[in-house]
Amino acid sequence: MSHHIVLRVVAKLLIPLILLFALYVQFHGDFGPGGGFQAGVIFAAALILYALVFGLDSARRVISPDLLRVLMASGVLLYGGVGVASLLLGGHFLDYSVLASDPVAGQHLGILLVELGVGITVTSTMLSLFYGFAGRGGDG
Amino acid sequence: MLLGFLVVIALAVVRLRNLFAAVMLTGIYSLHAALLFISLDAVDVAFTEAAVGAGISTVLMLATLGLVGREESRPRGRGWLPLTVVLVTGGALVFATLDMPRFGDPNAPVHTHVAPRYIQDSPNETGVPNMVTSVLASYRGYDTLGETVVILTAGIGVLLLLGGRRRDNDEDEGPR
Repeated sequence: MSHHIVLRVVAKLLIPLILLFALYVQFHGDFGPGGGFQAGVIFAAALILYALVFGLDSARRVISPDLLRVLMASGVLLYGGVGVASLLLGGHFLDYSVLASDPVAGQHLGILLVELGVGITVTSTMLSLFYGFAGRGGDG
Repeated sequence: MLLGFLVVIALAVVRLRNLFAAVMLTGIYSLHAALLFISLDAVDVAFTEAAVGAGISTVLMLATLGLVGREESRPRGRGWLPLTVVLVTGGALVFATLDMPRFGDPNAPVHTHVAPRYIQDSPNETGVPNMVTSVLASYRGYDTLGETVVILTAGIGVLLLLGGRRRDNDEDEGPR
């Protein structure tokens, strides 16, 4: 795809904006619409756009499939870990109020961490799915 | 109006033999569904629909087309039985909606159970202005954990089926 110059330039302009928007959706999900799932999907969409325009191999150099496998599991572990942490601190499973001295701050922290876990898992799963499909058909 | 568009696009998808055009139309279908969700004030769902339905699943379908070819083979027979089953099921579903409370009815069961408590208490209890987030991540934390695990499981399943290392160890795999 080396000769699609318009496509490459436009993609180069768009990808950072999409990544930034995904981060905004992730961390602003407490205040506006959005959250871990939406942010994860948008983040994955940006990386898939990169893979489509610049080739699967360069995308694999940015994020390797092995790293994705680790990330997939670590997102769920982060979510479950927050639950276990609240258990250890004397609350119920996934009761964030005990995570900080102030229950409201604890809730805030818990929701942030949990959404981050969702985002990581969703991004890496979507990207692995894409790698899996695109890797089968020659050089997708 | 939007619903009418949805029906037209769905019929077009069914009629088309060119799978490439059908995939593109399903993307357009998702965008319309996202617009529909926005007009229902469900912005979070609209986000997801636009990104997953119109974006990623379209790309995945295109990748699949790259594997299976882009023309659909002609179906054998007319399939009256499937048509009957679909019509009966759809009729039953439409019949069931007649019993549902009207859209936005304040006395509907959904609005009288836990929703008032969430609306009154969640800003004080969680300090999170976006109620959708506080319900999803805090009050319904178990559900969201389950959903995340489902996503992980689905990902693992696809990786096991399509895994990236097929070419490396084709030789030492047994007969399939």
